Amino acid sequence: MPDERPRVAYLFLSPWVAGALLLTVGPMLASLYLSFTDYDLFTTPKWIGLENYRRLFTSDDRFVSSVWVTLRYVLISTPLKLAAALGVALLLNRASRAQGVYRSAFYAPSLLGTSVAVALVWRVIFDRDGVVERSFDAVGLHTGGWTTNPRLALLVIVLLAVWQFGAPMVIFLAGLKQIPPELYDASAVDGAGWWRTFRSITVPMLSPVILFNLVLETIHAFQSFTPAFIISNGRGGPSDSTLFYTLYLYQRGFTEFRMGYASAMAWLLLLVLAGLTAVVFRTARLWVFYSGQEQR
Amino acid sequence: MRPPTIPRILWHAGCLALIGILLYPVAWLVSMSFKPAEEIISSLSLLPDRVIWSNYPEAFEGAAGVSIWTFFLNSVLVAAGCVLGNLVSCSMAAYAFAKLRFRLRGPLFAFMITTIMLPYHVMLIPQYTIFQKLGLVDSFVPLILPKFLATDAFFIFLIVQFMRGLPRDLTDAARIDGCGPIRAFRSVILPLSKPALVTTAIFTFIWTWNDFLMQLIYLNDPEKYTLPLALRLYVDQTSETSYGPMFAMSVLTLLPIVLFFVAFQRLLVEGVATSGLNG
Repeated sequence: MPDERPRVAYLFLSPWVAGALLLTVGPMLASLYLSFTDYDLFTTPKWIGLENYRRLFTSDDRFVSSVWVTLRYVLISTPLKLAAALGVALLLNRASRAQGVYRSAFYAPSLLGTSVAVALVWRVIFDRDGVVERSFDAVGLHTGGWTTNPRLALLVIVLLAVWQFGAPMVIFLAGLKQIPPELYDASAVDGAGWWRTFRSITVPMLSPVILFNLVLETIHAFQSFTPAFIISNGRGGPSDSTLFYTLYLYQRGFTEFRMGYASAMAWLLLLVLAGLTAVVFRTARLWVFYSGQEQR
Repeated sequence: MRPPTIPRILWHAGCLALIGILLYPVAWLVSMSFKPAEEIISSLSLLPDRVIWSNYPEAFEGAAGVSIWTFFLNSVLVAAGCVLGNLVSCSMAAYAFAKLRFRLRGPLFAFMITTIMLPYHVMLIPQYTIFQKLGLVDSFVPLILPKFLATDAFFIFLIVQFMRGLPRDLTDAARIDGCGPIRAFRSVILPLSKPALVTTAIFTFIWTWNDFLMQLIYLNDPEKYTLPLALRLYVDQTSETSYGPMFAMSVLTLLPIVLFFVAFQRLLVEGVATSGLNG
């Protein structure tokens, strides 16, 4: 017996509609327009056509490095984080009263890890005179400090991301609990070993959850900002090795006030993410298995 | 009560060892805040050779001539405003999507879900321009106002999921008793949706408390700085010798999150498990 008075429905929706128009759709179109202009926030935007995009691709080395840094970060941190999440979820998936407490403890870094405070801890631990460097020194490996070494600085941020595997882990664990125990009983009767059971039952049954976590974590990783900003003190160094895409966009837009250029970067990010999501969902048909159970 | 078996003991030991490694950096942060500067950078051990308290009074002096209480109050104001905004606007939108019928419901709902995935940066610059033209940069308005317009679509989705699970009989009964949709929302649906609303409130609080990018962009005057910005200001001004107070301040910054987590951990983790909520 749903209510048939649409006017009331739009009344309830009105804040969201206002927000969607004024703060989402409007600004999206505006930034698309700005991406074709030269705009410094204080004078009128000047139409320059595709010039911003041309400059990005042909004469901006820092843009190219920011793309590579971000791709490397996404391709390294996302699989590691998801592997850790799945591994710990498998470990925790066991009838025990302690499970809830352990699950919360593993989840805690996901709440703390996005803060400036924790990024600072990482910065000090991996600093030139930090404890990690001293420990490596003690066994004869000299790195010159991870945050100051262009080959290791990105790894510091990757480790911080992987540390927050708790959120996808909780989602994996919820997925594991949905797998009917009869399937495992049957595979035990058939004499399947652990690996066989994992490959033929756990992974296919869990594949919708894997897809969900993969998409979410990838989109997330592309937009990472705070850790790189704090650990490199806003610069993206050393030698641009932690110049994340979003950090470069911030520098262009909000320290140099080249808003048109930054808008072009923002739209490229949107297009890449949309394309990537589309590809993942397309290929998902090949590896994601939806069982006959009701899907939520 | 089953007797402990070897595999069970091993399982507990394994879990606890992993948790120990995982939470080590947090424990280290706490211990550092009680250490003198020269010991901080050099030692991995959790127990300070010499416990000192002076880092905390130094942290309370704040940064850039502004007291830590100002930063704290600013953070609380921003977070409280965002929580209130999300609760009001997201619950209203969720009620419309979950319980009311209107022609554009399908397409609008699909659009709402899509906005969850949009990278924030595509909206950032025009939003900044709007608030700049309105003279609202360097105030809390750009941080709070969007929440009153339900821009955190994720929470709409979370509450919709919850409201859809509410038994239909209840709203039907309310209507038969002569409740209009507005009263049904206020006196039936909202009270029943309390778990989803609490989850929304806590996550909004924690995310706003931790947020850095928005606050970095919109706040310029140290008097208006929130805790994350103050921490960064502190870092810029300090050398290694004053790591102690910096970490004392970090601990104070994380404390509210830890308290919320301890109090509501079950609800928070369930929220993640059932809706895929993900910071």
